[in-house]
Amino acid sequence: MNSLEVRRLAYAYPDGTQALFGVDLSIRRGERVALLGPNGAGKTTLVLHLNGILTAGHGTVTVAGTPVRKDTLKEVRQRVGLVFQDPDDQLFMPTVRDDVAFGPANAGLRGAELDRVVEDALARVGMLELADRPPHHLSFGQRRRVAVATVLAMAPEILVLDEPSSNLDPAARRELAEILRSLDVTVLMVTHDLPYALELCERALILSGGVIAADGPTRKLLADADLLARHRLELPYGFAIPDA
Amino acid sequence: MGAGHHHQLHLPGDSVVHRLPPQCKLLAVFAFALVVVATPRERLWAFACYALLLAGVAAAARVPPGRLLRRMVIEVPFVLFAVFIPIVGLGERISVLGLSLSLPGLWAAWNILAKATLGVAASVLLTATTEPRAILLGAQRLRLPSLLVQIAMFMLRYLDVIVGEMRRMRVARESRGFEARDLRHAPVLARSAGALFIRSYERGERVHLAMLSRGYTGRMPVVDDLAASARQWGLALALPALALAVWGLTW
Repeated sequence: MNSLEVRRLAYAYPDGTQALFGVDLSIRRGERVALLGPNGAGKTTLVLHLNGILTAGHGTVTVAGTPVRKDTLKEVRQRVGLVFQDPDDQLFMPTVRDDVAFGPANAGLRGAELDRVVEDALARVGMLELADRPPHHLSFGQRRRVAVATVLAMAPEILVLDEPSSNLDPAARRELAEILRSLDVTVLMVTHDLPYALELCERALILSGGVIAADGPTRKLLADADLLARHRLELPYGFAIPDA
Repeated sequence: MGAGHHHQLHLPGDSVVHRLPPQCKLLAVFAFALVVVATPRERLWAFACYALLLAGVAAAARVPPGRLLRRMVIEVPFVLFAVFIPIVGLGERISVLGLSLSLPGLWAAWNILAKATLGVAASVLLTATTEPRAILLGAQRLRLPSLLVQIAMFMLRYLDVIVGEMRRMRVARESRGFEARDLRHAPVLARSAGALFIRSYERGERVHLAMLSRGYTGRMPVVDDLAASARQWGLALALPALALAVWGLTW
């Protein structure tokens, strides 16, 4: 069974601006897939459909066999772990521990079981020692790792990361990559950081003009300079795709 | 206001008062304030006894008197207001140090001053011995309206973020040669305030999305087990109970 199925998804904002024009994609369980695209391509709009924050104007989204509908929202939000770009938006509780506990507690966990889930999630991102700190006392990289833990604690079917490498210094960027690689979970990574996509994801999709314009091995897509140029994507200066 | 200002209120420690569950302390302070406010202003002795009770709590909590007094500076605007009442007040006048003061005004000023000081001192003791987060958990436990507790919680969390944004906007203004010198510069500051409001509003929307994504349905899940024993309730409520006894004895 696929972790994620999106079929002919179209969406227009209330003001009439059409953002998605029929997106088709599927992600198998355990895959790490990069969703590439220039600013304004509709990446964030697509992501907000995956856990039902926006509801499709047309088409369907299915998470591990469960269609995203009003009556399945609770289940879907448990299964799709969204990590937002600004960790200050994601971490809203007074301490790291409270924040990681928020999702599982909404799902009904309490007491020792909740503690175990929270500590396990924090340990997976290497943040267990800072559990009782308030989020604003952490560095930006630490906050992003805690943001990942907040959704890991919900044991999601698929982890969706919006620009995970933005604003990270090189060391924090590498540490996050190591953590993401160590997780045994399906990942959809939304980014225009092409080297990061190459480093972490075997497969990549290019979203451009509200449709999936390309789908294939990341290495192959990034080697196609014409394809990238057509969709306003560029490798950083001096970067060459290393040999496998 | 500097970043992290609200943390300076709390004085970490491990005294009897620190260890009391926050809901007990909240209720104790509230009840104490009620007794103080209900005391007629002419009963000078009662107020002296209330002050002694608070001094006792401060000693038990090992809050240094100097710190307590410094924190009470927040009361100054009220004090200034109280000072004016006897000067502008009507009614019978008496002469103090060559100033003609209104007697009812003096009583009114005393009334405000004494009650406000006791209330502020009790609140300062509460915040010194209870982490901000614990105060909110206590409020939640006391079944205060959930929405109000959540608003206070977000204020606690996002104060630093918003102060940081404000600072960056100021740096951006000053980097381009802006200096607020007189009233003509007010429109620039007003626009900055407007921009800050819109940014905060948009952040609020994004935070709400993040909450929905993790199963938020309108109520904060209560995860901390903050059960208080009868002994702890008894200990905390001893303060308003003693105050009430003083109130009765000075009748």
